[in-house]
Amino acid sequence: MAAVTAEPQKGELREPAGWRRTKNRIATALMVLSFVVVIIPLGFVLYTVIAKGASVVGWSFWTSGTIPSIVAPLGEGGIGAAIVGTVEIVALASVIAVPLGVLGAVYINEYGGNRILARIVRFMADVMTGVPSIVMGLFIFSIWVVHFGTNGFSGLAGAFALACLMLPIVIRSSEEMLKLVPNSLREGSYALGATKARVTMTVVLPAAIGGIVSGALLAVARAAGETAPLLFTILGAQSLNWNVFHGANTALPFLIFSNASQPYVGAEARGWGAALTLIAICFILMIVARLVTARFARYAR
Amino acid sequence: MSAVTRVDPAVPAGSTRALSARRPLGDRSFQILTLAAGLLVLVILVLIAITTSQQATSWFSAEGLKIFTNNWNPGANQFGGLAFIYGTAITAAIALIMAVPVSIGVALLLTEVVPPRWARPIVYVVDLLAVVPSVVWGLWGILVFAPWLQHIYTSIASGVGGVPVLGPLFGQPVDGASFFTAGIILAFMITPIVTSLSREVIATVPAIDKEGAYALGATRWEMITGAVWPHSQGGVVGAVLLGLGRAMGETIAVALVIGSSPEITSHLFAPGYNMPAVIANQFGESSGVFRAGLMGLGVLLFVFTIIINVVARGVVQRNARRKRGA
Repeated sequence: MAAVTAEPQKGELREPAGWRRTKNRIATALMVLSFVVVIIPLGFVLYTVIAKGASVVGWSFWTSGTIPSIVAPLGEGGIGAAIVGTVEIVALASVIAVPLGVLGAVYINEYGGNRILARIVRFMADVMTGVPSIVMGLFIFSIWVVHFGTNGFSGLAGAFALACLMLPIVIRSSEEMLKLVPNSLREGSYALGATKARVTMTVVLPAAIGGIVSGALLAVARAAGETAPLLFTILGAQSLNWNVFHGANTALPFLIFSNASQPYVGAEARGWGAALTLIAICFILMIVARLVTARFARYAR
Repeated sequence: MSAVTRVDPAVPAGSTRALSARRPLGDRSFQILTLAAGLLVLVILVLIAITTSQQATSWFSAEGLKIFTNNWNPGANQFGGLAFIYGTAITAAIALIMAVPVSIGVALLLTEVVPPRWARPIVYVVDLLAVVPSVVWGLWGILVFAPWLQHIYTSIASGVGGVPVLGPLFGQPVDGASFFTAGIILAFMITPIVTSLSREVIATVPAIDKEGAYALGATRWEMITGAVWPHSQGGVVGAVLLGLGRAMGETIAVALVIGSSPEITSHLFAPGYNMPAVIANQFGESSGVFRAGLMGLGVLLFVFTIIINVVARGVVQRNARRKRGA
């Protein structure tokens, strides 16, 4: 393409060079500028989080089970409870959402085909990705938490809310991956007399597994960073809670949110430390997802 | 046998009627299982609408149409939510005005300017914006960005103080935590999705259209305005609408930087409030009609975003179908 654009400039038979070329250059410069505009806030945020968080994080900060009160100075306690909570809740949410999402994608791509119901499900999954995360929190609050009173607040409720958020993402990404599986694989298995369920489970899904895992990891990264669905479902706890099914729990985003607007130096510092930890977790998930995609990409084609 | 080879491979073998009677139980139950998982999406959406509305009924019945008035005063049992709807609209508008040109610029850069091997790292960088959690944007926004912006706001406000139009928009009062700050943060957050969707749309422009424009002697910019834009206009509008939906529903970052003041004012540098932020900030300490009111704002937010998303996806899909047909 570059060669094509270069051509008329060299030829300069009709190229007036003046205003048209200037306009083209201005437009190109603006496009490059818009990318620069995107990098600046990203760099600014990452720099601040690393600069302010690096001195806070450390082994004892990560492992200390009890979150100190917001007025406590830095050095007392740590965010272990929030890390454990995040891992528990996000893992449980994934256990709920990933299998259901993959099955939903199997329905859309393998069974539904072009049928109207499959098209509706696909369309509504797209729409559901746009439902605000806070609405998911309100939803789980009104369908689950209110029926159990104060016992309703638990890691499980938070996991339900996150699972609602993840479900449509997993469905759409898995469906895209199932689409890439060549039909010859399916036809070959049918020719051997396999049932459709068997073909799906032993041929189609394994062929698409790389993409499915990578899509699921991106959904997990998204869920791990979400605060709003957790606000009304896990209540927030100060101490370590290993039981994800019972009792108030806490999570990294939740902790950051409650520390963010506190005028106490210790709380603020813990917020930055937790933010660095959370960003690290999300980035690692994303990088792993990319690696998985790269690893399986050849197989998928 | 011939039936197996002839059917559309996307709906293979087992689903032809004659065979289905002989299908083993496991096979059929697997199909039902997948169908149930697919339908779950619809079930959840319907349940969201029903359960949240139920929790909000006392607000709708107690306030009636007064839910759309501008007086939110939980202490005096007044729950008019107009200020929040206004704040949602204003912050989303600011976000779109800033994010859309940038996103389209990056999308064009990726598809029309840089070679593919450069495009990939650029995509990664833009996607990183989406990986930064909302709450981290909020933390950075309130502790670092807002204080910094406040200086800029102050100098702008003193500059435009008496000017008509600009004065009421950018004059005093000024606060770092404001509509405008929330709008900027939202712009950062919606840029990745608007970029990636616009890019997908622009990538579908047939090479022959572009080559035709070049063959006529068009510059790259003329090719973009003449060949790419007419083709992808509709899809880009869809992408922008999806960005709008995101901007309206994004909660935590906004809750931290918007300033938490339920007011309807033209002053963009003044503290405000929007729907998701007030729910996030006040739900915990609410009860009775107050809580129902917040739940009701959630219902309104759900309805708004669903409408916008349905329209947006419809626009994108129709555009994609039409272009494929052409």
